[in-house]
Amino acid sequence: MPAQTLTATLHVNGREHALPDLDPRTTLLDALRESLGLTGTKKGCGLGHCGACTVLADGRRILSCMALAALYEGREITTIEGLAPEGGAARPHPLQQAFVERDAFQCGYCTPGQIMSAAGLIDEGRTGSPEEIREFMSGNLCRCGAYANIVAAVADVARTPLVPGAREPEQGRS
Amino acid sequence: MTTPTPRTPVPVHSPREAPSPVHSPREAPPSPASSTPGGVGSSPRRPDGTLKVTGEFAYSSDMWMDDMLWGATLRSPHPHARIRGIDVTGAVRMPGVHAVLTHEDVPGEKRYGLEYRDQPVLAFGKVRYRGEPVAIVAADHPETARRALDRVRVDYEVLEPVSDPVRAAFDPDCPLVHEAGEDLPPAHPAHHRSGNRVRYQPVRTGAFADGATAAEVRALADVVVTGEYQVGMQDQAFLGPESGLAVPAEDGGVDLHIATQWLHVDQSQIAPCLGLPPEKVRLTLAGVGGAFGAREDMSMQVHACMLALRTGRPVKIVYNREESFHGHVHRHPARLRYEHGATRDGRLVYATAEIVLDGGAYASTTAAVVGVASSLGLGPYEIPHARVDAYGVYTTNPPCGAMRGFGAVQACFCYESQLDRLAAELGLHPVELRIRNAMSEGSRTATGQRVDMPLPMADMLRRAREMPMPPERAAAGPVDVRALPGGVANTSRGEGVRRGVGYGVGLKNLCFSEGFDDYSTARVRLEVVGGEPAVQVHTAAAEVGQGLVTIKGQIARTELGVERVTVLPSDTRVGSAGSSSASRQSYMTGGAVRAACLAVRARVFELVRAAGLVGDDHPDELLGLAGGKVVSGARGVLVSLADLLGASAVEETREFRHRATEMLDPTTGQGASHTQFGMCVHRAVVDVDVDLGLVKVVALDAVQDVGRVLHPQQLAGQIQGGSAQGLGLALMEEIQVSGSVIRNPSFTDYLIPTILDVPPMRIEVLEHPDPHAPYGLRGAGEPPTLSSTPAIVAAVRAATGRPLSRIPVRPEDIVGIERD
Repeated sequence: MPAQTLTATLHVNGREHALPDLDPRTTLLDALRESLGLTGTKKGCGLGHCGACTVLADGRRILSCMALAALYEGREITTIEGLAPEGGAARPHPLQQAFVERDAFQCGYCTPGQIMSAAGLIDEGRTGSPEEIREFMSGNLCRCGAYANIVAAVADVARTPLVPGAREPEQGRS
Repeated sequence: MTTPTPRTPVPVHSPREAPSPVHSPREAPPSPASSTPGGVGSSPRRPDGTLKVTGEFAYSSDMWMDDMLWGATLRSPHPHARIRGIDVTGAVRMPGVHAVLTHEDVPGEKRYGLEYRDQPVLAFGKVRYRGEPVAIVAADHPETARRALDRVRVDYEVLEPVSDPVRAAFDPDCPLVHEAGEDLPPAHPAHHRSGNRVRYQPVRTGAFADGATAAEVRALADVVVTGEYQVGMQDQAFLGPESGLAVPAEDGGVDLHIATQWLHVDQSQIAPCLGLPPEKVRLTLAGVGGAFGAREDMSMQVHACMLALRTGRPVKIVYNREESFHGHVHRHPARLRYEHGATRDGRLVYATAEIVLDGGAYASTTAAVVGVASSLGLGPYEIPHARVDAYGVYTTNPPCGAMRGFGAVQACFCYESQLDRLAAELGLHPVELRIRNAMSEGSRTATGQRVDMPLPMADMLRRAREMPMPPERAAAGPVDVRALPGGVANTSRGEGVRRGVGYGVGLKNLCFSEGFDDYSTARVRLEVVGGEPAVQVHTAAAEVGQGLVTIKGQIARTELGVERVTVLPSDTRVGSAGSSSASRQSYMTGGAVRAACLAVRARVFELVRAAGLVGDDHPDELLGLAGGKVVSGARGVLVSLADLLGASAVEETREFRHRATEMLDPTTGQGASHTQFGMCVHRAVVDVDVDLGLVKVVALDAVQDVGRVLHPQQLAGQIQGGSAQGLGLALMEEIQVSGSVIRNPSFTDYLIPTILDVPPMRIEVLEHPDPHAPYGLRGAGEPPTLSSTPAIVAAVRAATGRPLSRIPVRPEDIVGIERD
């Protein structure tokens, strides 16, 4: 155990969580998963390469595996569990719904990160075209290769104009 | 004792139809949709989908118990070394450490393995690859466990690694990775194991079967092309690392919650190592974050159970990404030498292939990979005289085993490259040459197996060629850097960008081959819940993202005419479902669910007759189930299931087997070794920056015959995903190994395709039913992984004029920089 611990308070999904005895080296990801039991956020690589750990901090996308929990005191953290205002499987967020309807995942391990990234992307206004969605979703790996459906799901929610004749949105639909 | 975070049963209520993502050509027979909503042929939502998008789905790494300990694994820093001694005292004394175990603590069998039990649970005598587990620790915090590993002292005598698979295969003076006798289980006599060879399989047809030499057969051809090829080591790179939670039970057994591809084969390996009967080792499938073959072998299963049994506490082990690269098997890297001869008018006369597959330190599935590489090594072509020699060898490199399309992927890159070289020599279009030599129904493979199912290869090739091309690159005007190879990282203005087009086709065996007793088990229960008929489906099959939970529900709805279906969690309380591999689960577990449903149906009809609802005047009338009611073809609704069943339930369990297959003859390689064949054709269009060595895949379009579409949307996902992994092998994915050491065990340096690398795909699906398979279906997950790689490399060759005989293609191969 570390020689020194500290106490931090995290604001996650609209609730305050006091973390006594926090090892200052604890990442935000580990704090969410192991201290708060919010296991919806995933650890894929631990080095900021795969995007599975994406959460929002004050509405901006961050990689929680590359963030120290203690530095996020006072920031409003949103995880996949808190994306839908009323939460849970009963009333999913439109992005969550769109991912289901477009079958934008297979194993689903990258999906919470993809959805949080998409939520940030839409707020950033980077959804003008399927190409733009691709460019700004490129930090989130999907090993099952559901990329075409991820683009479609994000475009559905962002109401991205699907250019007539463009191959993106029309692909996969007869 | 509390139970771990449960994986809740997956209810499948009110399926909603999704837009069909598949282009079905008009000529193909339509997929007859089930009359029950959400049945076979429609696209109901994944029953686990909402849990996955809300973060509530419990993957194996999400399991939690309040009193659990954390396990960690000490791994060998050397690829090849003798262990002189292990001293654990420093680790045992650390506060917070509850157990430190070595090979001496393995309660039962000290080795396990899928085909040969040659892999130590914990190393003893020697270590044979870098990263081999040597000791395990359980502690109250993961960091404590990891620090304790540093206190374990292992005295190694370092040995020379055996890194060169070709030397391992052919040099009698090469040091042995496994000393014969003392630490190897006996080999199957047909596998020709000797020295470092795990298996050697020859195949001979035509003049080669009569003993003709290559020179004699070569004289029959007008044109000859030869090629030497290399395939790098690909990683499955599932995003959810290896993890599991073992819970000691009051009966002295253990309950393991684990992400795996095959619960029962894990159980059959774990129980002997623990010295327990199988019924005391109970497995439940935890959420699986991707598999692609890497979870067919075990990783931390026995370790977690050993620690749990020793400490009497639940033990969780989770690998990090670097450990994952060392903790599972990879795709066999291969060296291959091919020769093809043809007549001037483009008829193949003969072909030879010598294939060396690097199995690494332990056998894993190497023997089966050799079986596929030898039998399908020349691909889907009619070739009168064929000679294949396939070798799988032990080295001290990382162990290799299953990855999507195993054995066939490596060969497909080579035979397709050969066909392209031959087409160039003959001045023929690559598609035309392929059509002239295409196999079809009734053809025989190089192993003499008659293809007794539709194989519309020529038609598929024509369709791929006729698909609309993507727009040409603009010759002038402003350059959108995002559209250039390398995207925003491209430093040019596109001056060096050239476009190329390439084709690929591959032949894959589906289901298990070579005489394996391949079966699946399903239990189906029909009862009335809340006044409505409801079905429960229970199997041990692993949902790994392929969507099998959806398919099981669809089949139950179709066969029982009941909309409300619940798929129970997969566990070992029901019989084996076999592996979620070899594209086999829709066929096998789908077949088992269907068989169990038909048995339930028959029981229901018996009840109908027993109730006197079938009158003497209608003794032979046809009965059916629809809309939760028993219906007669002549008289309509006879009775609702709710009224018929009341408080009673009808439950049936069935095993389903595919037809038997044969072993390959050990000297001629002849035999009907495969259950079913799958085929995909790809056309790739690429832009290559020939100055910078960068590639952008502009289009990657596919034609695949799947026999019968069960779920159009999920099928498209399988084709897209398989194609993407083939793209990765073509252009970027390689575990770089030198001196038997992995140099790039992270996603910084091991690149997998991003959303920018994988283009939108046009997909045409054909449905020519296989008369031997349930619903006529054909496994779909693997074939796209074969053909996408050679199609992309052919397109890069067309753009650059480079020979490109090695995958993945590297920037320096494109630019033409020599490597030492």
